[in-house]
Amino acid sequence: MKSVKKLMLGVAVAGLTATASFADTIKIAFIDPLSGPFASTGTNGLHQYQFAADAVVNENGGVLGGMNFEIVPFDNKISPKESLIQLQVAIDQGIRFIAQGNSSGVANALTDAIAKHNSRNPDDRVLFLNYAAVDPALTNDKCNFWHFRFDANADIKMDALTDVIAQNDGIKKIYVIGQDYSFGKAVAAAAVGMLGAKRPDIEIVGNELHPIGKVKDFTPYARKIVASGADAMITGNWGSDMVGLGKAVIENGFEGPIYTYYAAGSGITAAIGESGKGRIRLIAEGQINPPVSDEASAMYKAYKAKHPDGNIDQPRIFNVIGMLAKAIEGAGTADDVVAVAKQLEGMEYQSIWGSKLFMRPQDHQLIQDMHIQVHTDEGVEFDYDGSGFGVVRESTVSMASMDIATTCNMERP
Amino acid sequence: MSLFIVNILDGLVTGLLLFMLCSGLTLIFSMMGVLNFAHASFYMLGAYFAYQISLFSGFWLGLIVAPIAVGVIGALIERYGLRRVHKYGHVPELIFTFGLALLIEEAVQFFWGKSQQAYEAPEALDFAAFQIAGNTFPAYKLFMIFVAMGLFLVLLYILTKTRVGMTIQAALSYPETVQNLGHNVPMVFMGVFGVGTAMAGLAGVIAGPVLGTFPGMAFLLGSIVFVTIVIGGLGSLWGALIASLLIGWIQTFAATYNVRMEDILTSLGFTKPEPIWDSAWQDLWTLTLPQIGPILPYLLMVIVLVVRPQGLFGKRET
Repeated sequence: MKSVKKLMLGVAVAGLTATASFADTIKIAFIDPLSGPFASTGTNGLHQYQFAADAVVNENGGVLGGMNFEIVPFDNKISPKESLIQLQVAIDQGIRFIAQGNSSGVANALTDAIAKHNSRNPDDRVLFLNYAAVDPALTNDKCNFWHFRFDANADIKMDALTDVIAQNDGIKKIYVIGQDYSFGKAVAAAAVGMLGAKRPDIEIVGNELHPIGKVKDFTPYARKIVASGADAMITGNWGSDMVGLGKAVIENGFEGPIYTYYAAGSGITAAIGESGKGRIRLIAEGQINPPVSDEASAMYKAYKAKHPDGNIDQPRIFNVIGMLAKAIEGAGTADDVVAVAKQLEGMEYQSIWGSKLFMRPQDHQLIQDMHIQVHTDEGVEFDYDGSGFGVVRESTVSMASMDIATTCNMERP
Repeated sequence: MSLFIVNILDGLVTGLLLFMLCSGLTLIFSMMGVLNFAHASFYMLGAYFAYQISLFSGFWLGLIVAPIAVGVIGALIERYGLRRVHKYGHVPELIFTFGLALLIEEAVQFFWGKSQQAYEAPEALDFAAFQIAGNTFPAYKLFMIFVAMGLFLVLLYILTKTRVGMTIQAALSYPETVQNLGHNVPMVFMGVFGVGTAMAGLAGVIAGPVLGTFPGMAFLLGSIVFVTIVIGGLGSLWGALIASLLIGWIQTFAATYNVRMEDILTSLGFTKPEPIWDSAWQDLWTLTLPQIGPILPYLLMVIVLVVRPQGLFGKRET
């Protein structure tokens, strides 16, 4: 009898604390793939969000005098249609901040839906924190006041990448390959355009798109790349498409460097392993190796303690959380997203991963340092996937494309 | 020309791999009249089991143990799951296998996580077997060809030349008669289900290092396996082989050759509308063969179903 009473009491207390935490949190909806072919990318992103919310905000006393951040996951199965349903569910739950990153196709659908929702429902507007969808259109033709992009867009990355390629005189022929959707097309267009401007002597020997998430075996593509005689290849592939392509081209005899956007973490580094050493390079924000500061080192170690199998492979997620917290503090509210957005516009922020950050007010594109990093096992303090391999910074373009032109013509509320 | 030969070989690898999956599925179907939706999940289980074993004792032990483990699991599922559902008819059986596929995917994610696993080909086979005009052909793929070919020959021998095979074939067509003759037909069913899933497991073991070992691997292959056995003819081993090779080559060649719709339409005398991005025909004009490659098998299936509903080698109407 006594134990039953104790149990009842326990349940009651648990219920009370649950409601208490419910009332005192600022919720961020995380809408990304948590099942299917891209589940690992989405899940790792979710872990980084949850950790960043705790480490950057909650353990430092929260915002607005003690309110904590809470990350609420929604599985969109990488489908734009499913994402819109999940967006509606999140809005119905009273969530004001929507974080999404995997697939620009999804981001394009979300940004339209959010703009529409906000104009129709001025009382429960939401903000879109885009942490990884890098289709340039999102901060150009399709830009809107509610969308903020924390990753460098495909053009900015390609600008930095082609600067590095242009300095390598050994490269005469380049093969461009990507996933067949808005982002893959943007990468291809930027590569062709910028290489043409910087190194007109380089020949684009291949430029093609393959179906996203549907190719079982990349061998035929690898054959074409080898047969084309390319000295280097550029790809925007991510998730299992990146592993498949990377392994196939190396196994089937491709000798040159492979320039990528996303060939790190989420199992990719372990799967590529020794075969890609010194061959695979990626253009990314956030420097992991060598660590930029003791603070960054400590942060990474704490993450590893919590997720031994995980990686901080999207350091920008910490910037999203940090900048959002700063904006909410500045606005003095988490409910009026217009005030929060106004704080974010033009914000300058020091990233824990070493870069100065600046949110360009005219198009809501974050400007930051971009690094060319190489996949290796030498000089790696923090490896990825527990594989001994990781990415090490080779060169940096600071405040990349600060003055890049934008066609954004933003309407402000 | 050299690229053509390389493609023939690559397509052969893909096709034979597909065959290892389809042969089991097509046997199970013709025997029980049920499409086993979870078949590709057993393929995934094979890859994960072998990966786990390879962490402790290398690739070769996994090659032997993992398919057996998968086969035993398959047989147990037939004995204690499918057989109980069987008496309620085909729809509950279908739903059972469908649920099983979801369950296996979740279980795999629970135990191994959602990331791609670093399951590697053995070092003994980590070299280029030969080279054709700069295109290396990994020794591991040669090994895949031998394993699949060996499996086909063994299977063909057992089914057509041995007493066990004849009992199976008889049980396929006249289960009641075979039972009346004193054979234990439920036992035969369980055995075939176990062997069929073990073959899928073996396919997973040897495909894991090449195609990647991740929770989406079953989903990627799931639908194409059904397409293959429908094209080949349900229940036909030869049909499964021919259809698998056909699909392997179609996918390989479609991905390799950049045949553009623009060239075809121009040669037919059409003029490209300018500007193309403003035209209603934009999608048609900018189409290329690699882009439509993944749907070609489905197209082939539709054509086969229209022209020859029982499939290329099928004996009965379904």
